[in-house]
Amino acid sequence: MSDMALPAAAGARAPLGEAFAAWMLSAPAILAYFLMLLLPTLATVALAFTDYELGADGLHWIGFENFAELLRDRAFATSLRNTLVYVGLVTPGSILGALALALLIEAGTRGRTFFRAVFFLPVVSLTVAMAAAWQYLLHPTIGPLNAMLHSIGAGQPEWLSSSSTVMLSLSAIGIWENLGFNLVLFLAGLTAIPRELYSAAEVDGARSAWERFRLVTWPMLGPTTLFVLTITMIRAVRVFDTVAVLTQGGPNKASQVLLYTMYEEGFTYFRLGYSAAITLVFLAIVLALMWLQTKVLDKRVHYV
Amino acid sequence: MSERAIPLHRDAPRLLLLAAIGLLMLMPYIWMVAASMKPLDEIFRASLSLLPKRFHGIENYGKVFSSIPVGRYLWNGLVVCGGILFFQLLFAVPAGYALAKLRFPGRDLVFGAVMLGLLVPPHVPALPLYVAFSQMGLLNTYTALIAPFTISVFAVFLFRQFFRSLPDDLIHAARLDGMGEMTIVWRVVLPNTWPAATAFSIFSVVAHWNDLFWPLIVVSDTSHATPALGVLFFRSAEAGDDFGALMAAAVIMTAPLVIAFLLAQRRFVEGIATTGLKG
Repeated sequence: MSDMALPAAAGARAPLGEAFAAWMLSAPAILAYFLMLLLPTLATVALAFTDYELGADGLHWIGFENFAELLRDRAFATSLRNTLVYVGLVTPGSILGALALALLIEAGTRGRTFFRAVFFLPVVSLTVAMAAAWQYLLHPTIGPLNAMLHSIGAGQPEWLSSSSTVMLSLSAIGIWENLGFNLVLFLAGLTAIPRELYSAAEVDGARSAWERFRLVTWPMLGPTTLFVLTITMIRAVRVFDTVAVLTQGGPNKASQVLLYTMYEEGFTYFRLGYSAAITLVFLAIVLALMWLQTKVLDKRVHYV
Repeated sequence: MSERAIPLHRDAPRLLLLAAIGLLMLMPYIWMVAASMKPLDEIFRASLSLLPKRFHGIENYGKVFSSIPVGRYLWNGLVVCGGILFFQLLFAVPAGYALAKLRFPGRDLVFGAVMLGLLVPPHVPALPLYVAFSQMGLLNTYTALIAPFTISVFAVFLFRQFFRSLPDDLIHAARLDGMGEMTIVWRVVLPNTWPAATAFSIFSVVAHWNDLFWPLIVVSDTSHATPALGVLFFRSAEAGDDFGALMAAAVIMTAPLVIAFLLAQRRFVEGIATTGLKG
């Protein structure tokens, strides 16, 4: 790095000085990393193997007892299942919706910026406030949605207060929240497809829009789609805000999700050891998805 | 795209379809604003008319301002988001520079730690941090709201990537001018990577303005409540069923970020799409 050095400046760039400067520059970040991230994360892992409760005296090492309890815990099984249902609905919903919208927006030149802004709006809106708006919209008696259903003579479900529809309603809100984010990623992916490929496909006889999509757009968009897929799953596993605002896990635990159960056990019942064990399950799921993502990204590098 | 400019009349079905779906997406906003201007009896009549028969907006918004410290919540949101962003940049920019442009023993180790940190969602260290803040009597303080987010491994990673693409000659020249490393970071390196810094700033502010999980854990009184908590407090305390006032509160707390977004749409989209990949 310093082979063009002038004698006078050489001292300042000696490796030792450079190393010292580097450590000085990194020191605040490293300190904060230890205090706010590394140590607390390790403490969470340790807590998961104890029976620590806030307010109780002392704590005992209980090995895998918390995890054994998780396996027996009906509420936790519900919570895990609900989270999977949510991920299973939000992921395809927001990805297919976003893909369709991206294709529709890319099909012409007009309104691109405008519609992108419209669909992106939920991403920057205060989730808690929008959840309140959804609560009104989906209200069984005074909500506009049911008023509309009433006017056409359809049934009026109790969207958020019936255990059979609550996860469906939360997932619909989740799709609404994530759609714009995925749309932007798809739009970027579509823009990157060389125009010549479409002309080439047309020359080769791909006349219909569907043929062009099947032969050019879909394969070229493959890496983007796989990437959006894992990103959406990771975001969906973290569902918390809408549940905390709209249902608090109810009715009758029908909308308990992983992070909300973790929050309740830890910060309502103060069973920190048990809550830490749930946190580790959550972390394991996120890590598995991230592992999948690196696989996908590897593929992406070879692909393009 | 210009090679196939479609005449408007043939483009109309596509635009109408997009407009219809767009309207559907905007439904929560439309009804939120509409209800915030209706008196309670009209809301309970559940009519499908958007316009109020009797304009009640002043009463609804007035109730919000008189029953909760709206200014306080917005100010708290500003302090918390500003504080978090300030420390994130203060810590991450120099570290990103060191990792990108300086050679030092342990660099691979530090970078490995950064990559490891990227795997951990912020919910994971929450329990021990809560216990620590509670032991130190720091619940219901700005410190508790800001401190856990002062280190953003994602920011370190992002800045390292951007700084690496800067030419070494730029830094050599600055050193020959007698600048110290700290001066180089803030005066030479950062100004050359403004797009990255802007993108990260927008991502960070949006994420923390909207965050509910952590404020819900460490804040229980109104004096340090963020806008997200403010809506929640207002709902449970004042307006259990007063949807007009509740929607007014929701409009007020959503407005700042939505207005900022509408003013700088392109930057927001780029900022969140390039950095929000953190997930």
